[in-house]
Amino acid sequence: MEEEGPLMPVKQVHLAAHFPGVNNTTVWSDPRSESQIDFGSFVRLAQTAERGRFDFFFLAEGLRLRELKGRIHDLDVMGRPESLTVLSALAAVTSHLGLAATVNSTFNEPYEVARRLASLDHLSGGRAAWNVVTSYDAFTGENFRRGGYLAEADRYTRAAEFLQTARELWNSWRPDAVVADAAGGRFVRPDGIGTFRHQGRHIAISGQFNVPPGPQGQPVIIQAGDSNEGREFAASDADVIFSRHSKPEEARAFYKDVKARLAKYGRRPEDLKILPAVTYALGDTDEEAAEHAALIRRAQVSPQTALAFLEGVWGRDFSGVDPDGPLPDIEPDLGEGVSKGRAQFRGDRGATVEQWRALARQKNLTVRELVIEVTGRQSFIGTPRSVADQIEEFVRTDAADGFIFVPHLTPGGLDDLVDKVVPLLQDKGVFRADYTGPTLRDHLGLTAARTREATS
Amino acid sequence: MTDLHLAVALDGAGWHPAAWRSPDARPGELFTAGYWTGLVTEAEHALLDFVTFEDSLGLQSSRFEGPDGRLDQVRGRLDAVLLAARVAPVTTRIGLVPTTSTTHTEPFHVAIGIASLDHVSGGRAGWRPQISARSGDARHFGRREFPEFTPDRRAEPALAEHVSRLFAEAADVVEVVRRLWDSWEDDAEIRDVATGRFIDRDKLHYIDFEGLFFTVRGPSITPRPPQGQPLVTALAHDVQPREFAARGADVVYVTPHSRGEAAVVTGQVRAAEAAVGREGEPLRVFADLVVFLDDDAPAATARKAGLDELDGAPLVSDAFVFTGTPGGLADLLLEWRSAGLDGFRLRPGVLPDDLIGITRGLVPELRRRGAFRHEYEAATLRGLLGLGRPAGRYTRAT
Repeated sequence: MEEEGPLMPVKQVHLAAHFPGVNNTTVWSDPRSESQIDFGSFVRLAQTAERGRFDFFFLAEGLRLRELKGRIHDLDVMGRPESLTVLSALAAVTSHLGLAATVNSTFNEPYEVARRLASLDHLSGGRAAWNVVTSYDAFTGENFRRGGYLAEADRYTRAAEFLQTARELWNSWRPDAVVADAAGGRFVRPDGIGTFRHQGRHIAISGQFNVPPGPQGQPVIIQAGDSNEGREFAASDADVIFSRHSKPEEARAFYKDVKARLAKYGRRPEDLKILPAVTYALGDTDEEAAEHAALIRRAQVSPQTALAFLEGVWGRDFSGVDPDGPLPDIEPDLGEGVSKGRAQFRGDRGATVEQWRALARQKNLTVRELVIEVTGRQSFIGTPRSVADQIEEFVRTDAADGFIFVPHLTPGGLDDLVDKVVPLLQDKGVFRADYTGPTLRDHLGLTAARTREATS
Repeated sequence: MTDLHLAVALDGAGWHPAAWRSPDARPGELFTAGYWTGLVTEAEHALLDFVTFEDSLGLQSSRFEGPDGRLDQVRGRLDAVLLAARVAPVTTRIGLVPTTSTTHTEPFHVAIGIASLDHVSGGRAGWRPQISARSGDARHFGRREFPEFTPDRRAEPALAEHVSRLFAEAADVVEVVRRLWDSWEDDAEIRDVATGRFIDRDKLHYIDFEGLFFTVRGPSITPRPPQGQPLVTALAHDVQPREFAARGADVVYVTPHSRGEAAVVTGQVRAAEAAVGREGEPLRVFADLVVFLDDDAPAATARKAGLDELDGAPLVSDAFVFTGTPGGLADLLLEWRSAGLDGFRLRPGVLPDDLIGITRGLVPELRRRGAFRHEYEAATLRGLLGLGRPAGRYTRAT
């Protein structure tokens, strides 16, 4: 291994925080759990993240309430605000924290999304980020005028074209277009506001954009795709990947694969930050941490949640099944499935049923224990010192550039991470002790988007 | 005397196209949060009912039919809902009323955006739905082709039909948004550990809206806003928009140019309410005025004339343009109010000058006449306008 000299900068960790999600990762039955919708919960989590000098605060999106067996899923936390509206309000109570909104490219139009993100960038002093997602399901489409118009195969082409169009809109104004020269009578300089014309397969628009470029020029672009097309989209066009790979070997393979794709787009490895979504459980000793982790897992998988989860995979009714009894001998219905919305099970259901049956037999698991087992433990479990070591190791060995932490409690879920783990990372010299610039691009060490556009 | 209601309409550097060239204007800050929080906190210190934020899905222009290429006027504006949200945490009582397009913006997005504004402001959100008739704006979306439209040709059958459809569509948008706000009952969240249920699904409702233009299934993804129904406001110059307001709004803005016209238009609003069979609270009627305020009337007139000269033309407005003293404006507002108005939405000619003329000149004058509040009497915007918190439309009577 190459020795790092004193002048060689140590690879820095990037940290982001996810507002507790609308799914069973978020524990609502805990007495410390507070509102998922009151602004105070958002303020508390965002200010905690900022106290921890995090890069950004992240809000997910889901445009239709999830359903199981044709009825609204009632077991998980549910209900959320419109992301950009809440982030704009959070800009008033934070000063440096990046503000990342998930905004769907299927049920939105580029002109509107581009102007809202540019507006957030202005109103936050250069802290806006956009997690570009796509959905193709007609189920979500029922809430929108367009309906379910997009074929699954087209979702990345739509997303890529949508982002490309947004960039054309942002680039249609010169960065110095507004001169506000009262004496000279010029508010904008000649040719400051250009026209745009985009004629593509999914989008055909023309005219003039009506928001000047924000402090970052363009907001930070986040992307979460994992398929080959998703990786290629991220390599060509994103600043951050929100990855699902939180196990070191898998994560290293993903990291290597994606970073290797950058060169053909004229980009350097450091131009794209890879941040897996992770969960954590702390304790004063390893045993305490393990107990804490197990308690959280049981709270996340209530007896009813365990049955609902199996119903989603089996496609069958499990009501009447004892969650604390053995896995019943019910044959799966591998047809259309009973679960709809963002959290539906997407794997090979037939193979999954066989694997889980074998696992339950082998380990003698109850229904609830099985679901706890198969739906994954926390990514980091341990003392603050051991978690800080794991984080450092993960980043140093190129399994990630940092993490998006998904807390399980609203609004206190980041407290012990920020109070106990972050100081250790700062002591190690792998995480900033304070912000060094005002914008999210500064925190992420990204060059201005405009510069990149100009060289590509 | 009962208090009159007072709102201020904020837009760019003010409502005069040359306002940004005034000595105290801050044209270099129009796209910063500090500029807007400064204006709204000034309005809140004077206990105004609410501020409105203009918006559009196209570049400002002195011509209706498209961009004018002018470099000497303010161009560019921020998203009004996000602007209102940015201001919410630094204010506590004043209402925040952004504009959105009913023509191009998805009703589902509007519903969750305004509901979220209500959540972050603790019940101070309003909404001003507005149609977008310009063909240029439609080309920014590429989904529909609109006829070339100018207001002076609005009587032509094809254009009248175009506008008529946009208002019919707008009425459907308001209906969908209101249904979505009610689609979560107030007590839908139960957190019942015994049954493992976070939500009582029987208290979430599909809205199943089906109209001529679109269908929306629901429910909302956002729990019911603190006000239940945020305040809906609409500007109306004609029969169709008055009926649109009478169907779906809580407040209507009108543009009389005299006390006599105020009486006529108030009557027209009441007629529109009858025509559409409005039930419950009557519309609150606000008259819009553009104002230039100085300590002596000739100074105000001269200031406006100076701006007209800079712009190369006298200010053109749908609303009456008042130039004069705060005392003179107080007299006029009280006289017009007696024609049946509930309040006024003032459009400051220049920001911050004419906003300060309102907050530090007009408001004390109205208080001296016993016609304006000395403290906020309610915590929500609906409350300030004397509107209760409505029960959800899907809530079963018990």
